[in-house]
Amino acid sequence: MDWLLIGIILSAFFLLGFSRLSSCIYIVALQGAMLSALPLLAKGSFQELHIVLMSLGTFAIKAVAMPFLLTRSIREASIRQEVEPIVSLHLSLFAGGGIAVLAFSSIKALPPALPPFSPMAVPVALTVVLIGFFLLVSRTKAITQVIGFLVLENGVFLFGMNLVGDFPAIVEMGVLLDLLVGIFVMGIMIYHINRTFDHIDTRVLTALQESEEETE
Amino acid sequence: MDLFFISLCLLILSALLSFLSRKGTRHWGCGGVFAGSAIGLVFSVQALVQNLTLTKSFGILLPSLSLTFGIDALSAFFLVAIFGLSLLTSLYAWGYLENQDLLLPSLPFFPLLVASMAAVVTAQDGFLFLICWEMMSLTSFFLVVTEHKLREVRHAGWIYLVATHLATTFLIVFFVLLYKKTGSFLFDDWALLISIPPFLSGLLFFLALVGFGTKAGIFPFHVWLPHAHPAAPSYISALMSGVMIKTGIYGLLRALTFLGLPPLWWGGCLVGIGILSAVFGVLYALVQHDVKRLLAYHSVENIGIIMTGIGLGLIGIAEGNAMITLLGLGGGLLHVWNHAIFKGLLFMGAGSVLHVTHTRMIEQLGGLLKKMPVTGVTFLMGAVAICGLPPLNGFISEFLIYSGLFRGAQSLSGLSLFLVVIGIVGIAFAGGLALACFTKVFGVVFLGEPRSCQKEKIHEVPLTMQIPLIVLSLLCLLGGIFPQFVWSSIARVLEVISPLPKAVLGHGDGVLGLLHPVVYACLIFLGLGIVVGLLGRLLYRGRTIRHAVTWDCGYAQPSPRMQYTASSFAQPIAVFFRVLFRPHLQFQKPGGIFPGPSSFAVQIADFAERIFFQPLFSQCDRIFGFIRKIQKGRVQNYLALIFMTLIVLLLWEVWFGI
Amino acid sequence: MVSELLKLTGHLAILLLIPPIFLGIIAKTKAFFAGRKGPPLLQVYYDLFKLFCKGGVDSRSASFMIRLAPGIVLSTLLMAGLLLPLLYEAPIHFRGDLILFAYLLALGRFFTILAALDVGSSFEGMGASREAAFSAFSELAFFMALVTLAVMTQSTSLSHIFQWGNTHPTFHPAVVLLFISFFLILLTENSRMPIDDPNTHLELTMIHEVMILDYSGPDLGLILYGATLKLFLFMALTASLLWPPTGLFGFQEIGYLLAKVAGIAVVIGVVESVKSRLRLSKIPQLLVANLVITTLALLITVLGGPI
Repeated sequence: MDWLLIGIILSAFFLLGFSRLSSCIYIVALQGAMLSALPLLAKGSFQELHIVLMSLGTFAIKAVAMPFLLTRSIREASIRQEVEPIVSLHLSLFAGGGIAVLAFSSIKALPPALPPFSPMAVPVALTVVLIGFFLLVSRTKAITQVIGFLVLENGVFLFGMNLVGDFPAIVEMGVLLDLLVGIFVMGIMIYHINRTFDHIDTRVLTALQESEEETE
Repeated sequence: MDLFFISLCLLILSALLSFLSRKGTRHWGCGGVFAGSAIGLVFSVQALVQNLTLTKSFGILLPSLSLTFGIDALSAFFLVAIFGLSLLTSLYAWGYLENQDLLLPSLPFFPLLVASMAAVVTAQDGFLFLICWEMMSLTSFFLVVTEHKLREVRHAGWIYLVATHLATTFLIVFFVLLYKKTGSFLFDDWALLISIPPFLSGLLFFLALVGFGTKAGIFPFHVWLPHAHPAAPSYISALMSGVMIKTGIYGLLRALTFLGLPPLWWGGCLVGIGILSAVFGVLYALVQHDVKRLLAYHSVENIGIIMTGIGLGLIGIAEGNAMITLLGLGGGLLHVWNHAIFKGLLFMGAGSVLHVTHTRMIEQLGGLLKKMPVTGVTFLMGAVAICGLPPLNGFISEFLIYSGLFRGAQSLSGLSLFLVVIGIVGIAFAGGLALACFTKVFGVVFLGEPRSCQKEKIHEVPLTMQIPLIVLSLLCLLGGIFPQFVWSSIARVLEVISPLPKAVLGHGDGVLGLLHPVVYACLIFLGLGIVVGLLGRLLYRGRTIRHAVTWDCGYAQPSPRMQYTASSFAQPIAVFFRVLFRPHLQFQKPGGIFPGPSSFAVQIADFAERIFFQPLFSQCDRIFGFIRKIQKGRVQNYLALIFMTLIVLLLWEVWFGI
Repeated sequence: MVSELLKLTGHLAILLLIPPIFLGIIAKTKAFFAGRKGPPLLQVYYDLFKLFCKGGVDSRSASFMIRLAPGIVLSTLLMAGLLLPLLYEAPIHFRGDLILFAYLLALGRFFTILAALDVGSSFEGMGASREAAFSAFSELAFFMALVTLAVMTQSTSLSHIFQWGNTHPTFHPAVVLLFISFFLILLTENSRMPIDDPNTHLELTMIHEVMILDYSGPDLGLILYGATLKLFLFMALTASLLWPPTGLFGFQEIGYLLAKVAGIAVVIGVVESVKSRLRLSKIPQLLVANLVITTLALLITVLGGPI
């Protein structure tokens, strides 16, 4: 299980360092897949049906559906294949390291993970959440914003699993559905921003506001 | 102690004579420093080896004041470095100043600087200390502005003067606070001070850190260093960078003996500042084109390493770990000596290059190794030593600090662990960058072909300038392979500084146990190097060696100007850290069918200067601008101010005094 | 006493004789992927022999530095080899020898760079500049990895660090992360594929190969031999992380050592066959990422519970 946690945290680091959008999406998918395997490993058996279902559901949504939607929206919006970070990739990586150090050193301040999970799980979850935030803050394109949002959500998911120990399926499903809707909205929005402005730089969204004021 | 005063008197006498003499300025000045430091060196080595503790008070000037000189292991340790380097510098200056009439007028300050440095580390009361400290600052200021006709030199002198006086302000507050606490100026009384409330001791530590740290050149108070050191004549740069900034370290260590057991954050603070200084110093060194400015930034780096060592020692004390304390403080102290040796060597080497080629800009030099073999080889030794590479002395002190840090990483936890790991990685990174920096300097200045056409005949410098270089490079080697003989003196110094009981200091043998194998390994490595080198030569026996032009990828006319430049060499790292450097580019592209002259220039402003000091001083300028109105330049006005102050003080005394 | 001598001789024999073969193994692997037959396994030995029998051509611009450097570089590598445990404890081992190990390699690099600058060619200057920059960045990760190992095993001697197989599980996540990191350092330090292309002959793009353009004859032989030795040292170091030396001495153990190093060599060959060289501006980023990986390993070691 430690392996999966390491994999999840490494994938978050890779997201900070990679500049090609398609590889970023693959990594997010991979992260989702690892995350979906976690409940099964934690229980260590395939006996409980709702765990298996939940695992499968997570996998379907996080590792298949969302990446597929994202890839499609890239293709349809014919976005250039590179992220345009506000903070340079080197510095993002440094920041990622710093975030990890911070998260791991606050291990005592955080509530401990419940038994099936290793004590490392909580700081890992925190790191992933923070890196997600960092991605949201430091990237300009709408699609990278979505990716950052996904990473953030993955972190929250992991957090929830660690702290609750059990998996209240309904809550989880609700979260996942929320997200799915979010992705749809984002996808449509990306498509439309692209139609209207020929690019998907969220910084330019502020231009909308000004133009409204002008028309008024 | 008499020998010490004889040496001081000799130095002051030689300053007077060289000032008065018309033709013999150089003889009196350099000769006096040579004789004075020789006597002083004999005394200080004796004091260090025999572990003398002496004090001597002088005539009572004022009822509550006496001037007390004294020596203990800590003073003697720094005194050896001061006199040792001064001795060699005076020899060097003898050759350097020949036929250099422009540099002569400031020479009388040279013996005074040596004398005041020696007095600073032997002063045993706060009052005397401050006087000597100020003497040291002023004499070095006059030496910095030797070439006062140049605008940049005056600018450098001005920055130095302001920086050093701001620092002294902090020191005055520091000393006055201690005086208020004890009612005495004697260091001995201060050392007995046991219970200081944590707030006060923290404040005192902060004052000492800023005050002494500015002199030492820690980040971000290093801004004067890269201006002042290149401006001074080279022999003075060697002295300033080699030993004068170390008086800051001395002051800090001395201050630590007054302040009782250090809490953890002091050590943490020093390690943090040390690593910042080390990394920033070397990063800025890497992008310099002026060899002396580059070396000045390297002083910041090495002071950072020393600070890291001392900080580690304090962490060790706070955590109650004797071995870490010994390794940290010991490594830091050893690095003080080592840095004096190789930085003196490098500055004098740079001075020799300047002496012969009349330029400090490395981009215009090249191929000097073939024409100045002695300077070249000794400079190479210094470069290897300053990068901390085996088997020279820089490696040994860094090895001790690393050992302490690794030990800390194994046994500490929490914040200390974090600091220690940052320390290891920081020093390693600084080491890697220093390697890049010195391969750049040596490669561009001494190797390859001359870059700009050097009209002057390049020749090796006179013997008096070679001898100090040779002696110092031998010391680099000896310090690398026989450091265990130095350790016993360092152990004595540690007894003075560290408030740990002596039983704990008995671990000194443990340090020797660490040192011995690494020294043997270095010796084995030397032997191996000689064997492999000889075997490599053997392979060439009976073979023909042809000489040809450098492989140039098929160009018809290779010219020296096509060599890689220093700026290009540093470019990959400069680009990586461009956020930090904010380079100011001036680029005139070649254009048209017959391209006209094109140029490319990069200017890089110091981070601390840009972010911290410029805004600070421009704010001060705005706030205190109104005071300028008083400054009319009429003597009467100033007299009136003094008069009014007197009246106010008098009134104060009349009303509140009784 | 006799057994000590035997061990020393064995260690020296491995260091002196074996390294060139692994370059052959890498070449064979790459040839296999390209569907070629490839040079014979012992090609590097033939090359070395040929070079040692030749005379030399010196650049007129060069000073004695260019003659000095190969000997110094080779002796730093031999000394580093004496510090590294291969089968048993290394012949020279003491507390803190990993610092000496790292600094010996740095000394070798120092002289390689100087020798490259000695001939005044802009191509070699270019390579030297890249080498200096990239090695400074890889130093970061290397030291972080060393700290992690030192904390993990409570030792600062390579010989003790790599004798931990009996007491610790070697396939712990932190160790595997370190393995990845060491592998990346290996590729950087030895100028292998994603960082540098050892086969290209375009001067503008190379790092290590371009620094030695002006060498010929026995000196080039020394450099080539040094390069194989360095590769061997790093491969042995990396392999020892997951498959530590058994601490015994015998032919079986020698076979084990050769097998695991050969395994790494094959992996390098595979990586070189499937990856293309990175853009130069991407390399510092890779090295910083490597630092992050080692930091993670340290965090897991220190805070993530006992191993």
